[in-house]
Amino acid sequence: MAILFDKNSRVVSQGITGETGRFHTREAIKFGTRIVAGVAVGKGETFFDGIPVYDRVVDAVKRHGTNASGIYVPPASAMDAIIEQIEAGISLIVCVTEGIPLHDMVKVKQALKGSASRMIGPNCPGITTPGDGKIGFMPNFIHKKGHVGVVSKSGTLTYEIIWQLTQMGIGQSTSVGIGGDPIVGSDFVDILALFEQDSQTKLIVLIGEIGGDAEHEAADFIKEKMKKPVVAFVAGRTSPPGKRMGHAGAIIGGARETAQEKEKALKRAGATIAENPVEIGVVVKEILAGAYTRS
Amino acid sequence: MRIHEFQAKELLRRYGVPVPLGEMAQTPESVRKIALQLGTKVVIKAQIHAGGRGKAGGILFAETPEDAYRKAKKLIGRTLVTAQTGPEGKRVQKVMVERLTPVRKEMYLALIISRARGMECPVFMASSIGGMEIEKIATKAPEELATVAVHPAVGFSPFQGRKLAGGLGLKDSLREQLTDIVKNIYDFFVQNDALLVEINPLGIDDQERLVALDAKIQFDEDALFRHPKLKELQDVTQVDPLEWESLAAGFRYIVLDGDVGCIINGAGLAMATMDLIKLAGGKPANFLDVGGGASPGQIAQAFRILASHPNVKVILINVFGGILRCDWVAAGLCEAVPKMRRDIPVVIRLQGTNKEEGRRLLKEADFHFETAEGLFEAVQKAVSLT
Repeated sequence: MAILFDKNSRVVSQGITGETGRFHTREAIKFGTRIVAGVAVGKGETFFDGIPVYDRVVDAVKRHGTNASGIYVPPASAMDAIIEQIEAGISLIVCVTEGIPLHDMVKVKQALKGSASRMIGPNCPGITTPGDGKIGFMPNFIHKKGHVGVVSKSGTLTYEIIWQLTQMGIGQSTSVGIGGDPIVGSDFVDILALFEQDSQTKLIVLIGEIGGDAEHEAADFIKEKMKKPVVAFVAGRTSPPGKRMGHAGAIIGGARETAQEKEKALKRAGATIAENPVEIGVVVKEILAGAYTRS
Repeated sequence: MRIHEFQAKELLRRYGVPVPLGEMAQTPESVRKIALQLGTKVVIKAQIHAGGRGKAGGILFAETPEDAYRKAKKLIGRTLVTAQTGPEGKRVQKVMVERLTPVRKEMYLALIISRARGMECPVFMASSIGGMEIEKIATKAPEELATVAVHPAVGFSPFQGRKLAGGLGLKDSLREQLTDIVKNIYDFFVQNDALLVEINPLGIDDQERLVALDAKIQFDEDALFRHPKLKELQDVTQVDPLEWESLAAGFRYIVLDGDVGCIINGAGLAMATMDLIKLAGGKPANFLDVGGGASPGQIAQAFRILASHPNVKVILINVFGGILRCDWVAAGLCEAVPKMRRDIPVVIRLQGTNKEEGRRLLKEADFHFETAEGLFEAVQKAVSLT
C-alpha cells in the first residue's frame, strides 16, 4: 500500500509557473503523478500544459479535491505557502525549498500541530512511491516498485542508494527525503512509524547524517516500537566539529551529534549498520533473504 | 553569521541589556584615548570570531592609559591561536576597550532555538556557573542548568524570567533585573532572526547590578534578506578567503587537512564521499558541495578553487545528477581542467541526468582523466593516485 503517497493522491503544484515548479511538475507527470492543479499568485484562471492554475490553494481544493501538494516557491514566501496549504486542509505537504529562515520553521511547526496536514521537508528531494507517482525532484529512472522503505536526510546520497537497490533488483515501497534542515515537518520517527504499519514495506533503509538528535530519537523508536528490520548509514564520520557541512542542520555541536555516536545508538537499538554506503544493497539483500533476524 | 563582541554588545545595549561602557579600537593610540576617557582600569579584548580568548592571551587588563597603550600594541596585529581557532589562528585587527567591572559572581545565560522533537521553539538556558563553555557546565553541573521554553505564538511572559531567576538563585532586585534582561533578549532574538544570543558571563557587579560581560550573537544567514543592516556587520576577514569566495559563488567549501580533493553535488553525498575516501585509506582535502543548480561556470569555478589548494594531490569529481545535469558538469570541467596550472590527476564519475551527453563531451575533450562507473571504485582510484 506504500506510505503517504499512493494512486489516490491528487497533487497541486504551488509555484507551478516558476522555473523549479515548471521543470519538476513536468517530470512528475512523466512519472505518472496525477497533478490536477497548480497555484501561482497572479496567474489564476490560466493553464500550464493544460493544468488549471489558481491564485489560491482553496480554489484548487474546491474544484479538484486536491489532497497533496508540492511547494516550489522561494524561501521568502515559503512559510506563507505552507500555512496556506495547512489552512486549506491538504493532508500531505511536500516543500522542497532550501533556505527557509529557522524562525519561520518554528512557526510552521506550531501551525502543523493539531492540523490535518503532514509536511515533508523543507530542503528535501521529496517523496516517491514507484508505480503511483512522486512529489519533489528525485530522478525518475532510479526507482523500482518493491518492499523496501527508504527514509533519508539527504538528496543525492539517497538517489545513489535507491539506484543501487534498483540495480540489484530490490524495489522500494516509498522513498522519503525528510530534508537536512534543523527543523523539519516530519522526522525519522514519524516516517519509521508509518513504514512499520505499512503492509507493503518489509525493511527500512535509514540514511542519517551528523548534527542534531534525530538519529538518536530514531534509535529509541526502533528499539521500543519496531519489529521490521532497519539498515542504517550515517554520513559524516570524517566531518570536523563546528563546521556546517552544506545542510543547515549538518553541524556537530556536541559529542552525541557525531556519526560514530549515532551509529552506536542505532546499532544498540537493533539496526544493522552499513559502514560503507555502497554495501547497503548487499546487506538489504541478505536480510530479505532471511539470513538475518532482529535480535 | 557571527559578529564581533563589540557589535553584539552595541545591539543588545540598544535593546536595554546592560553592558559595560566601552568602545572598539584598531590602533594602540585610540586604545589609549578610550582608556583616558573611561578614566578607570580597563580590559582590552581581542575581537576575533572564536572563543577561548582569555586562555590564549587575548584578554588583557590595564591600570592606566599608558599601560593600555603598551598592551594594545602587543595585541593588535598579533595572530591569536585559541582552542577554537585551529592551529592557523586568527589575526587580531580590532580590540574592545571596556571599563573593568568589579564582579562578585559570574553566571551563564543563553537563548537558542531548540531542535528537539516536540520542542522546536526558542529556549533559554541559564546557569549559576558562568565563564566556562556551556558544554562543560552541562556535563559538570547539569543540575545547575535551568531551561525555559517560550511558545513562539504566545511569546515571552514575565513569569518565565522569574523562573530563570529562581534557577540562578536570584532574589528581589536582581530577579527583576534578570526578568527585564531576558525579555529584552527575547525581543531582540525574534525581531532579528538570531540563532544564538549567549551572555557568558553574566556578572553581578559590586553595586548589585547585572551586567553582560561578554556577548556572542549568531544570525540566521537564510534570514539576512529581511535584515540588510545586519548583513553589513559581517567581518569577512574572519572567514577563510577561499570559503568566502565559494559562498559568494553559490557553493559550500570547507578546507580539511587531507590531500584528496573532491567536488560533489549534494551535502549528504559529499559527506559520504569523504567517509569513503577515509575507508579507502586516503584523507579528504575538503568538503565541496556544488548544489543542485550549478551552472557550467560554477563547476569551472569550483574546480579552479580546489586546484589552487596546495595540499590537493588528486581531484575526484563525483556527481549523481538529479536536478544537476551531467552535461553541464562536463562542460564546466572542459573549461577549467585544461587551464589548470599544476599537473594533478583527475578522476571523474558522472551518474544520473544526461550522463551519456556528459561522458561524450568529456571523451571529446583535450585532457587526460580517469573514470569510474561505481562510487567506491571512483574513490579507490582517486586514493591510489595520491
